[in-house]
Amino acid sequence: MRKVKIAGVGLIRVSEYWDKPIQSLFAEASMKSMKDAGVDAVDKVYVSNMGGSLMQDQLNLAAVMADSLGTPGLPATRIEAGSASGGVAFHEAVQAVASGYSDAVMVTGVEKLSDILPEVVTTGLAMAEEQEYTAYTGVTKAGIAAMIHRLYMDLYATPEEVCMMAVKSHEHAVGCKHAQYPFKMSLQRAMSSPMEADPIHMMECSGIGDGAASLILVPADDEGVEVAGTAVSTDYTSIAARQDPLEMKAIKTAADRAYKMAKIKATDIDLAEVQDDFSINGVLGIEGLGLAKPGKGAKLVNSDDVDKEGKIPVNTFGGLKARGNPLGATGIYQLAEIAWQLQGKAGDHQIPDAKIGVAENMGGMASICAVNVLRRADK
Amino acid sequence: MKTGRQVGIIGYGAYVPMYRLKASEINRVWGGFGAPVEEKSVVALDEDTITISVEAAKQAVKRANIDPSEIGAVYVGTESKPYAVKPSGTIVAEVIGATPSVSTADYEFACKAGTEAMQTCIGLVGSGMHKYAMAIGADTAQGRPQDALEYTAACGGAAFIFGERSAETIAYLEASYSFVTDTPDFWRRSKEMYPRHGNRFTGAPAYFKHITGAGKALLEETGYKPEDFKWAVFHQPNAKFPINAAKIMGFSMDQIEPGLVSPRIGNTYAGSTPVGLAATLDVAEPDDKIFVVSYGSGSGSDAFIFTVQDAILEKREGPKMETFIERKEYVDYATYLKNRGQIIK
Repeated sequence: MRKVKIAGVGLIRVSEYWDKPIQSLFAEASMKSMKDAGVDAVDKVYVSNMGGSLMQDQLNLAAVMADSLGTPGLPATRIEAGSASGGVAFHEAVQAVASGYSDAVMVTGVEKLSDILPEVVTTGLAMAEEQEYTAYTGVTKAGIAAMIHRLYMDLYATPEEVCMMAVKSHEHAVGCKHAQYPFKMSLQRAMSSPMEADPIHMMECSGIGDGAASLILVPADDEGVEVAGTAVSTDYTSIAARQDPLEMKAIKTAADRAYKMAKIKATDIDLAEVQDDFSINGVLGIEGLGLAKPGKGAKLVNSDDVDKEGKIPVNTFGGLKARGNPLGATGIYQLAEIAWQLQGKAGDHQIPDAKIGVAENMGGMASICAVNVLRRADK
Repeated sequence: MKTGRQVGIIGYGAYVPMYRLKASEINRVWGGFGAPVEEKSVVALDEDTITISVEAAKQAVKRANIDPSEIGAVYVGTESKPYAVKPSGTIVAEVIGATPSVSTADYEFACKAGTEAMQTCIGLVGSGMHKYAMAIGADTAQGRPQDALEYTAACGGAAFIFGERSAETIAYLEASYSFVTDTPDFWRRSKEMYPRHGNRFTGAPAYFKHITGAGKALLEETGYKPEDFKWAVFHQPNAKFPINAAKIMGFSMDQIEPGLVSPRIGNTYAGSTPVGLAATLDVAEPDDKIFVVSYGSGSGSDAFIFTVQDAILEKREGPKMETFIERKEYVDYATYLKNRGQIIK
């Protein structure tokens, strides 16, 4: 297997693009990553997208997105894995280059949600749960997260300690040009916001936004940012079927595999991006990655360790909560941000001498999870 | 846009029904937490768009102190016509004594039907076709139970009589402008009881785009700056939007304060900008300039610049908007449903 590196990064601000179709978002980010990589063609494109079939009534999305690039003949595949679409698409794209089948692969995540009715988006999010056993009950994604959140509070942390996950992400987003909500949010403001699904407050949930992010992958050459490890894992889709509902096994298993491939331990990681679509999910992501012991994730979030100057900075551009969460594009945003950190191009968000970064991107309530490890190549 | 001969408002009147429904009462019933306005006005059982229009029109005629038979046009802008087919304007024209030498019609352009009627009246008087023309914006707006619009959909309206500028004019028009695109952010199909809307789509690409589109174009055309105006009125679907629109356009809270009545009576739809203008005229002094921008879903905005004249001091007797706002009686949710005809018998 060949080593793979990230040769180009491109993204647009997560925002509300009322006047642009999904094709434009896709093309804009894709062109940026190609320009960044200095290439004018790729062998293949992977499109990561969660909701296009419902939100845009669009099947055959890979062809429609490839068409927006104006290069007929380009092989294209759409990857849909719920909210983990981005991380899983990256995992597949890496294999295409590693195997030697392709020499330049583009993976672009895209999602357009803001002009869709909120109830349709809520339905779409719940569609990532198993229809026959879970989604048919009418439970929402927030509702499932709320059950986990409550259990975590009963055993391990106060509501405020969990809520700090959202507060920290907002702190990190300040000054981030591609963040949807680049402002500070106080704990008091978050805790006094209305309940989305008790005990989850509205300001503990990521919002609805449009976005697209793109990466160009090529064979590694001992320079730039390499893909050190990549793994995907699944779990019983229903939290009721799991021995411990607070143990996100898909995250843990994917992390173990990715770390093994990268030949690292959790303690070697310099920065992490976790899936804080709800504050509790960010906490459990930190635990799943092994950055904190089970039940200690919220404590870590409340320490200085996850801050920019801390031992293990988390969500350095604001995470899903503040940078934004355009579902199928989110996993690519995470990896683009880590790539910038390892390239030293993170500006005010730069973590000094960052060498290894990890991204955790889960779908459903961690029924699937992609963990990808990037490493700065030292010649 | 400017008229061939100068036109101004020679009389105005407003009306707001006395019943109020608090946002907290809606929250009590539905378990919500919203409060886009504090409370909204609700009609009595025997009130509708026509009775609201008549109340406002009668006051306008009285203040204008003219022979109503000289009013050549009566246009009612509304999206809650009591009759699907049969003009509201004929009834209003008959009651005020403008018939039979009068042209009437009902206008529909969501929340800007009232100001669209104003544009028409300005044109008719400006061209010399009519001596006087009356434009009314009034609504008994519909909000589906538990929908976000239920908090704000309110009842009320205002009437304005236009005539050629003279010493009798209380505020003359300097210029106006209309800005329209096909933007379907809110609609109600025929025979449907409640409108539907595109949630957040009603904000940036709809309300704010059109308000600022019309407002900035009129400022550019006339060379005025926000600080040249004593007062400003922006369409008020809730409390937040007009405040943000003012900020974006460079107007201060002090400038919009007198006309910002939505927090206390809700969104009176086609009546919303007209009642804001009426409330502003209630406090304006001679030489004050007033900047007005309406918004109607679908979508469009009408912008106007009025300059107040001395006649204002003698021609605003009778109840002011503040009188109507303060004259109130709270109803519970069930009474609200009964008064709005929303209980299926």
